[in-house]
Amino acid sequence: MARALPYLLLLPASLFLLVFFFYPFGLVVVESMTRGGEWTTENFTRMTGHWKFSTAFWNTIWLTAIVVPVQLIMALTMASLVQKLKTGRSGLLYIFAIPLGISDLAAGLVWLAIFEQSGFLNSILHAFGIIDRPQLFLGYQSLWVIFLAVVLAEIWRATAIMMVIIVAGMGLIPKEYNEAAEVFGASRWQRFTKVTLPLLRPSLQTALILRILMAFEVFAVVVALGGTTLPVLMGETFQWQFQLQDRGVAAAYAMVILGLSVAFSLVVLRLLHVPKGARI
Amino acid sequence: MTAEASDVPVAATPQVAVNRAGRFLFWAGIGLLVLWVLVPIWFLFVNALSAPAEVTGFPKRFWPSFDLASVQFFWNFQGVTAALWNSVKVAVLTMILAIGMGAPAGYALSRFDFPGKEFFRVLVIMTRAFPLPLLALPLAVMFIRTGLDDTVLGLALVHAMLALPFAVLITFSLFSGIPVELEEAAWTLGCTRLQAFTKVVLPLALPGIMASAVFAFVISWNEVFAAAVLTIENRTLTAFLLQSLNVSPLPLKFAGGAALVLPALIFIFAVRKYLFAMWGIANR
Repeated sequence: MARALPYLLLLPASLFLLVFFFYPFGLVVVESMTRGGEWTTENFTRMTGHWKFSTAFWNTIWLTAIVVPVQLIMALTMASLVQKLKTGRSGLLYIFAIPLGISDLAAGLVWLAIFEQSGFLNSILHAFGIIDRPQLFLGYQSLWVIFLAVVLAEIWRATAIMMVIIVAGMGLIPKEYNEAAEVFGASRWQRFTKVTLPLLRPSLQTALILRILMAFEVFAVVVALGGTTLPVLMGETFQWQFQLQDRGVAAAYAMVILGLSVAFSLVVLRLLHVPKGARI
Repeated sequence: MTAEASDVPVAATPQVAVNRAGRFLFWAGIGLLVLWVLVPIWFLFVNALSAPAEVTGFPKRFWPSFDLASVQFFWNFQGVTAALWNSVKVAVLTMILAIGMGAPAGYALSRFDFPGKEFFRVLVIMTRAFPLPLLALPLAVMFIRTGLDDTVLGLALVHAMLALPFAVLITFSLFSGIPVELEEAAWTLGCTRLQAFTKVVLPLALPGIMASAVFAFVISWNEVFAAAVLTIENRTLTAFLLQSLNVSPLPLKFAGGAALVLPALIFIFAVRKYLFAMWGIANR
């Protein structure tokens, strides 16, 4: 009995993972490679043949490439500032963590309030006398503004998750390391790059993997700010599944997102690899 | 070169000036980041708490007129209350499912050594390397076959899959933080394993478990993609707002956005103490 207990406790979660994780992922793989019950690559050729595919693919990649590094720097800055604070830490951490609870759709709507034609950006510009009539920012003529709005909304929304992970990670680094470096005359910047950052690698791993994955799944923010004007991979998946009713191509898109996610997770794991003996 | 150097009693050296500039940068940085987080939320609530005519008017005022017409319009809009209620039902079910399955697994991982333990842990961590909302695509078909399509339970099952890895890892770190000696003491005093768990471990772990339950609730409350794929009649609030984005007027969007954000603010406040402890160990 005692020997079986841990397995019994794991049983519900394991069964659940089997039915709702492994089985459906198997289904997606099969669905992306079959059409009408026959093995084919037609789903993929249809997907890549559609004019929106490469735009959606590169939009997603560019969004990730711009947003994630900015967020990493911001999250590290936030965490370092908080670390130095003596009073009011928890209050400040709460404020920084607020966007953690905000959905991508809500974040999109928040930034829509700023960028729409009668929105706050126009009102601010008007108040300073820069413009006298409201500008149309989110039109299809100015794709780059929509892109910029999405970048800002994404940075605003999802920096919190990285900040929380990094703050938690910094809390685990023994103070002695930093003090020792200080004794040996290391400057604040040297201590940050030579002591804190290397010891933070496990947290950076988690933060980057989670965040990069979220970036590949970007969807509702884009829809809220630009409708279908700015295609992204997840949005196209949704379009094929729903509007075009073609589950095969939707599954092919899913495979692309899955492939990107797994590939980049492996890259991050490799780049920030921490040898077994070097863990705190 | 350190902050502590400022108590050196030599005034007006370059060192002091550097420190003063550093101090200014420090507080300016904090101030800017706080504004960066809070001002956009403020704008959303200004819109939600202004009359529809003000929301679409130009130029805007930067404080709300506390006119509840937008909120009323949102509340009375066809399907909104049903969607809100669906969101709550799905989120509560998700919370129960995720904690009901996750907490026992977390307990097993923290208290027992058994063959396959590491395998299970890696498995759970691995699920995070997959874009989970995509699960909704194949499950849509599976649910139609089993009659779970467009039901609250069906969506809650998918959301539970999103929340389960977090629930396992968070409860694992929680239980690991409670000394096993406490349990052993209870056993020697004649408690069964179950009694020791319910009388000793559970009271200690309960606040943390509640925090991870709230986290599961928030995951479900905020999820858009799976909700939009899997529900047609019984939409949740996120799915409802997404599907009506290109037809709904601005006041409805902003009031809806505020309705999504408000519970999140409260929930994050409720679990703020646990956020960092949860992530600290869940990392490793």
